[in-house]
Amino acid sequence: MSALKPKHQRLVLVVLALVALVGAGLLAAYALRSQASYFYLPEQMLADPPEVGQAVRLGGMVEEGSLQTADDGITLTFAVTGNEGSRVPVRFSGIAPDLFVEGSGVVAEGRLGADGTFVADNLLAKHDENYVPRELQEMEQHQAAKMAEETTVGLE
Amino acid sequence: MIAELGLAALWLAAALAALQMIAGFMAVRDDGKGELAGLIRPAAIMQGVLVTLSFAMLVWLFAITDLSVKLVASNSHSMKPLIFKLSGSFGNHEGSMLLWVMVMGLAGALIALVERRLPERTMNATLAAQGVVALGFYAFLLLSSNPFERMPNPPAEGMGLNPLLQDIGLVFHPPTLYLGYVGLSVAFSFAVGALLTRQVTPDFARAMRPWVLGAWVLLTIGITAGSYWAYYELGWGGWWFWDPVENASLMPWLAATALLHSASVLASRDALRTWTIMLGVVAFSMSMVGTFLVRSGILTSVHAFAVDPERGTFILVLLGIFIGGALLLFAMRANTINEGQRFALASREGALVFNNVMLSAILAIVLLGTLYPLLTEAFDVRVSVGPPYFNPVGAIFTIPMLAVMAVGPLLRWRQDRVDRIGKEIALFAALVLAALILFSLLAEIALLPLLGLALGLGLAVASLLPLRGRKLSRTPLATWGMVVAHFGIAVALIGMASESAFTEERLAAVEEGGSATVGPWTVVLQGVEPVAGPNWTAIEGRLSASYNGGEAKVLAPQARNFWAPPQQTTESALVTRWNGQLYAVVGDRAADGRWQLRLWWKPFVTLIWYGGLLVALGGVLALIGRLLSDLRHRRLAARIAERRADREAVA
Repeated sequence: MSALKPKHQRLVLVVLALVALVGAGLLAAYALRSQASYFYLPEQMLADPPEVGQAVRLGGMVEEGSLQTADDGITLTFAVTGNEGSRVPVRFSGIAPDLFVEGSGVVAEGRLGADGTFVADNLLAKHDENYVPRELQEMEQHQAAKMAEETTVGLE
Repeated sequence: MIAELGLAALWLAAALAALQMIAGFMAVRDDGKGELAGLIRPAAIMQGVLVTLSFAMLVWLFAITDLSVKLVASNSHSMKPLIFKLSGSFGNHEGSMLLWVMVMGLAGALIALVERRLPERTMNATLAAQGVVALGFYAFLLLSSNPFERMPNPPAEGMGLNPLLQDIGLVFHPPTLYLGYVGLSVAFSFAVGALLTRQVTPDFARAMRPWVLGAWVLLTIGITAGSYWAYYELGWGGWWFWDPVENASLMPWLAATALLHSASVLASRDALRTWTIMLGVVAFSMSMVGTFLVRSGILTSVHAFAVDPERGTFILVLLGIFIGGALLLFAMRANTINEGQRFALASREGALVFNNVMLSAILAIVLLGTLYPLLTEAFDVRVSVGPPYFNPVGAIFTIPMLAVMAVGPLLRWRQDRVDRIGKEIALFAALVLAALILFSLLAEIALLPLLGLALGLGLAVASLLPLRGRKLSRTPLATWGMVVAHFGIAVALIGMASESAFTEERLAAVEEGGSATVGPWTVVLQGVEPVAGPNWTAIEGRLSASYNGGEAKVLAPQARNFWAPPQQTTESALVTRWNGQLYAVVGDRAADGRWQLRLWWKPFVTLIWYGGLLVALGGVLALIGRLLSDLRHRRLAARIAERRADREAVA
């Protein structure tokens, strides 16, 4: 290919860059719109459940008295509650994170099973007493003080 | 007294930054004849000295745990090991901002001391721009984040440092990243300086390049170390979470990578002038966006704005002034910068432009994904963006970038024909295809890890091709640097893909003396004992692990309880082999006395970090190569000048 005229070359580069950036932006916007349904509060999950098997997050409070360990010693079952008395049962096989206790906040990553139980691959609990995850802010103040933290791999 | 001295030093440094700025701009306006021109370099040097003194005083206050200083009281504790007292000085908002300005002041002093390549006028403009940026940060510190603030009623004991940060990795991680961020602030000042004087030349790129290279190396090390820290300290066995704080360091790295390549084109081929300037502005903008996302508290809680509106507003104003100002200047000046050299689209430059564009697109994707939750928040919609967004959307641009990265370095500068390197392209394509078929037959792998493995293997071979037919001892260090860095990317990619494709996990409740298997490993729980450290107690599991029945290795994962502040952390235990790592975490005790164990066998996971280190090593090699050849050029120029002087003396 021969060298282009400077003006044309600049034009080609600018057009190329614009196409790629606009493409990236559109793609991101499209993908992000579907992410709007990535995080669920219990009441949202009950009112408008995600598809079975779709990877989502569920955030709320661990219901007092609901936490049980199965006979295998590694499977936990508990219920996550939100506002308006909503409640979603959760099953998690694994080591619960530090400070995961009844009455505290949690964000569970996983998928909704066909039986209506949320199967968590990962539990995110708080590791900083000052932190309130964005998604749970509207919950009551005394609860908010004990809220879960997301996966902050932070400097602070 | 020490706190007051530190604060005074900080005020003086700020005043010198103001002087540096004013004198610099006057010198640019008056073409270097400004009356204050002689003050610019000394001001920059003294500013560096004073701000360093100020930071040293803060570290001293932490070392002696002076609880009458609010920052010490709220972030330290007399019972803490000394090294974490010292690192605690920058493990908080105010201290880290002071660290930032200190590094920035030192960088300015260094430019003033050693930089002789830039024309004097551009140099003055650069130091003036640096003065503006530094002044903004001084104002931020002094007016809204004073690290030396006293407490009227000192508490008897401090609040302590977040135990997750009480780890040796976190002693070095933030300073490394900050050095990288600030290196980009120098690149930004260079870009603004060159825009002001319209001198965007290969010399400018050569002067800027070591700073970009250095910043990029440090960012690479910082990100790699941060990833490994998250991997072993959080106890989740993951190495990248697409967390906003991680993205905050990834975004400047992406921009710096693009800048590094375009600055190289400008330095050696005099092309991509405006693009390089633009990237200089963008790279620093990203490090500011990143720092402020982390530092403003906007990420950990949007309430931060309401709780401390002053700080949040300050941050936004600074961002607006620096980025907006630079972009405005860019818009006004861009079309007055002369054309650089031309090149064909099929050429080394063309390939680099393509990769630059892809890097920018990936940057845009990460930026949008990171900011999106904050934007929707304004409309009261709560969203959480995670791997289901970043992985596939990022991959769409990463894959073509990796392909071009494999063959681009084989193209000639300026003009080439793609069919000339047909054989090499065919080799790369064949390797990737063969790997794709092989792996998809051998195991059930998800699409992305499969593509990652195949591309990684192809790239690993292709990245070595530029060395073919060369005398290795004569190959310039800069070429070695490129080869090593590209090879490192391939290695890291293989590690990432292998980890996500082949990891085996085992969760078990085991009684003492019982065992569990994961992959080729058999792990026996020999016992669980309480242990104590300087400011924590823990339960420690004693595990012996044997690979395929071989000799047993001992592991000791812990679950630690810190008491100031009260918090638990998980200390994973690792056995590293050449072909992967065994990762063990001990959990809670079940009612029947069994202990929870979580075990992972992660084949080739260490390649992720070895790859990262290779990439950084490539940068170091290139940096050394550039500095050496600079030195050689300078000596040569000196000798020529000497001869000329001799000849004139004879005549």
